[in-house]
Amino acid sequence: MNPVRAERVGLTATEYRRVCELLGREPGDVELDLFGVMWSEHCSYKTSRPLLRLFPTSGPGVLQGPGENAGIVDIGDDLAVVMKVESHNHPSAVEPYQGAATGSGGIIRDIFTMGARPVAMLDSLRFGDLEDVHQRALFREVVKGIGDYDNCMGIPTVAGEVGFDPSYAGNCLVNAMCVGIIRHEDIKRGAAAGVGNAVMLVGSTTGRDGMGGASFASVDLTAASQERKSAVQVGDPFMEKLLLEACLELFRTDAVVGIQDLGAAGLTSASCETAARGGVGIDLDVELVPRREDGMSAVEVMISESQERMLVIVRQGHEDEVRRIFDKWGLNAAVIGHVTEDGMLTVRQDGEVVAQVPAKALAEQAPLRHPQAERPTWQDDVMRLDETELPAVSDWKVVLKDVLRMPTVASKEWVYRQYDSVVRTSTVVGPGSDAAVLRVDGTTCGIALTIDGAGPMSLLDPATGAAMAVAEAARNLVCSGARPLALTDCLNFGNPERPDVFWQFSQAVAGMSKACRALGIPVIGGNVSFYNETGTLAILPTPVVGMVGVMDDPGRACRQGFVAPGDSIVLLGECTDELGGSVYVHMVTGRTAGHVPVLDLERECLVQTVCQGAVSRGIIRSAHDVSEGGLAVTLAESCITGDIGAHISLPGGVRPDALLFGEAPSRIVVSVAPEDLCALLEMARNAGVPATLLGCVGGSDVILEVGGRSIVQAPVTELADAWRGALPGVMGR
Amino acid sequence: MKFAVAVFPGSNCDIDAYRAMGAVLGQKVEYVWHRATDLSGFDGVILPGGFSYGDYLRPGAIAHFSPLMTSVVRFARGGGIVIGVCNGFQLLTEAGLLPGALLRNRGLTFICDTVHVRVENAGTPFTSRCAAGQVLRLPIAHGDGNYSVDATTLAAMEQKNQVLLRYCSAEGTADDAHNPNGSCANIAGVVNEQGNVAGMMPHPERAAESLLGGTDGLFILGSVVDVLTRRDHESCAC
Repeated sequence: MNPVRAERVGLTATEYRRVCELLGREPGDVELDLFGVMWSEHCSYKTSRPLLRLFPTSGPGVLQGPGENAGIVDIGDDLAVVMKVESHNHPSAVEPYQGAATGSGGIIRDIFTMGARPVAMLDSLRFGDLEDVHQRALFREVVKGIGDYDNCMGIPTVAGEVGFDPSYAGNCLVNAMCVGIIRHEDIKRGAAAGVGNAVMLVGSTTGRDGMGGASFASVDLTAASQERKSAVQVGDPFMEKLLLEACLELFRTDAVVGIQDLGAAGLTSASCETAARGGVGIDLDVELVPRREDGMSAVEVMISESQERMLVIVRQGHEDEVRRIFDKWGLNAAVIGHVTEDGMLTVRQDGEVVAQVPAKALAEQAPLRHPQAERPTWQDDVMRLDETELPAVSDWKVVLKDVLRMPTVASKEWVYRQYDSVVRTSTVVGPGSDAAVLRVDGTTCGIALTIDGAGPMSLLDPATGAAMAVAEAARNLVCSGARPLALTDCLNFGNPERPDVFWQFSQAVAGMSKACRALGIPVIGGNVSFYNETGTLAILPTPVVGMVGVMDDPGRACRQGFVAPGDSIVLLGECTDELGGSVYVHMVTGRTAGHVPVLDLERECLVQTVCQGAVSRGIIRSAHDVSEGGLAVTLAESCITGDIGAHISLPGGVRPDALLFGEAPSRIVVSVAPEDLCALLEMARNAGVPATLLGCVGGSDVILEVGGRSIVQAPVTELADAWRGALPGVMGR
Repeated sequence: MKFAVAVFPGSNCDIDAYRAMGAVLGQKVEYVWHRATDLSGFDGVILPGGFSYGDYLRPGAIAHFSPLMTSVVRFARGGGIVIGVCNGFQLLTEAGLLPGALLRNRGLTFICDTVHVRVENAGTPFTSRCAAGQVLRLPIAHGDGNYSVDATTLAAMEQKNQVLLRYCSAEGTADDAHNPNGSCANIAGVVNEQGNVAGMMPHPERAAESLLGGTDGLFILGSVVDVLTRRDHESCAC
């Protein structure tokens, strides 16, 4: 037993002993390095896996649940959606442009390695306070990195969200999601099979970029991390575009037995995972790997995270067919080994064996960790909010404009104008509404997409916050008229070895599971990102949910803006006095504080059913859910994006700050033609959903009354300037 | 009548052009790989948007040397209709088929938006369905759309009616406030002196179906179809 050796590759003494047991001997140097990267948290999920079993992962439409490169759900017509969200937080914190770009690149490969044509990208981002010049630089570079990659790939970036909180200052969050469409019969899997079949490495060359990226992602960020830029990969979207087209062309042949992209831990993970999934072995020689640098050691070749590469298991005798296709696209395709029956990953250098370990041991047998979870002592302090100390407000218009200017609430047009959201001519509803809607080629149906995270609410109560992320994503989809089908999650947390962080994580997983079951939405894949902290400051626990839904007629998709003068405005759901966790509270107290609003999942379900039903029946003209900023912001946004005013009377009896800016869930503001009002109210009544007529669309002013007293009257253009002007004002045009 | 949609490594609006000409306008259309050299049998060539050769060096600079472009130049010199959209426009200026060059947007960021453009010359094969001064609403999505040309050439172009489209307000006022990328004289699209080669930054192929928010692109693509249909009939009559 040699603790120094274990420590060198980031393994604990217990883990090292386990390696020795599995091998029946001490590992050689190369072997130990392979275990180091594969048993890192990033690759093995050794801490999160036991809890993730709580998620409901099956359902009638699920064609592929967690465990593959991406999840797959049926959308009818023999078609399916392939999707996954993944974090690229640490690379982006150190090298924002390349970190974000390769975040896109990695998730796109996860989708086309399943055989699908990627059709949409979404992103969920978090940064610190934009008053800080460094945060502005991070934000600018991350957005540019995503845009340059996605735009060049010709995949529209159709939706996303951005939030800001000081806790993300040292550790921004960059979660990228990719969605593809595939015929059922064309689904490919990352499993090797057929002894003697060729193992080919295709795409780009291998260099020393992204060395040890997986291990880098599995420790806290420190000042020294800034020196680890070599752990960040360098992206080349042009190369990936060629790889995408070449792979899709390759899939039309019958040469492919299995395929897997090279992501974290590079060739090591791709080879041992495909072998383990197929119950076979792989014997490869690193000298056969096409390189871009001289003098690379066997370990360097095995753990390099050079981008834009795929490992393909090719039916014997079809190697030339593969070479011909990749040659057409100007890409490498090299046979680096073959499939064996012994279940071992055998790594050779010039023919000589330098590592030989069971593929399953590397890929699947990292000892699970069960860290201590303990509700933090500070949790009660966070929840303490003396609402009597909130400021007395004399001018609500000023406050409304202030909230509209908060970066988390303000229009994200500055971001999405830099993304091509309409390439592929399928985008029916693009960025800037509750959900994006795409038509699906070869059918008359459409899919709706959204991504939502819940940081502040999860700090107050991780279980409820995580459930709220699920509920909000589903609510966004029903606002467009879609029926939610499945979700993919990205769980961004601090260091799980800390009991308070692990408590947050376990609570969040439980809360999310509960919401998924209540709403009948399975989890088909996802990603966990731990160690998001700098010094002792952990990020807000941030569960992020990407969701897909389906609708029969994308031509009927609903948007968030009010449409026609005279339409009635109705609130589905209730007005409550809950202020906890709101942007407003943070704005006036500088804290994320208070009790998390109540989430009644049964109510949530009913509200969503009524909204979805009414949109698909063509009754509803606009729908916008109440989220960050509260009811007043929802109403203002519907006016601004519809470019039309509204006269709104809210009931008295609830404290006005909570009424206007509280962020209680399960609420949707809809507008209907006057002749359809009765039908909507009846649908709501039959479902037991509270529905309140709030007012009427029209004019050029937003007029808000509370209890019969006018408290805000402002031209739509004035509110629009505040909302639209906020980010360009900080970031520059 | 048959259209060719060029496919360079990195083209990504090729499928959109193909769909607009084929499924929407009902024309025969084929993809043509960048290594192909034979354009016989085609009546019109579309150079689509995207990032040919990754925009390495500068947009269009490398695609200009592809075998296909030699044929496209020959096709254009022989009077064939060529339309370049976005990256295709950049490529046409690199190939010398159109005057000027496309620089980085003045704000230095990529811009995806919907803009208004005014038809400056309705007498071309690309605008025959339009009225002079007509305002079209078209999507843009580019990082290098800042059209630049020297003053002498510009004066000559203006004189010969080679400015095809200008960025403008919804009412048709062409000014700096409605110019998204800083282009010279608010130019969004130009045509060659002979009138058979056009380049534009806006994407007409993305505005071909009402489901996707507008059909103004058909004024341009449909014009080409009309003109070639007439040409077809005339040649039959001979």
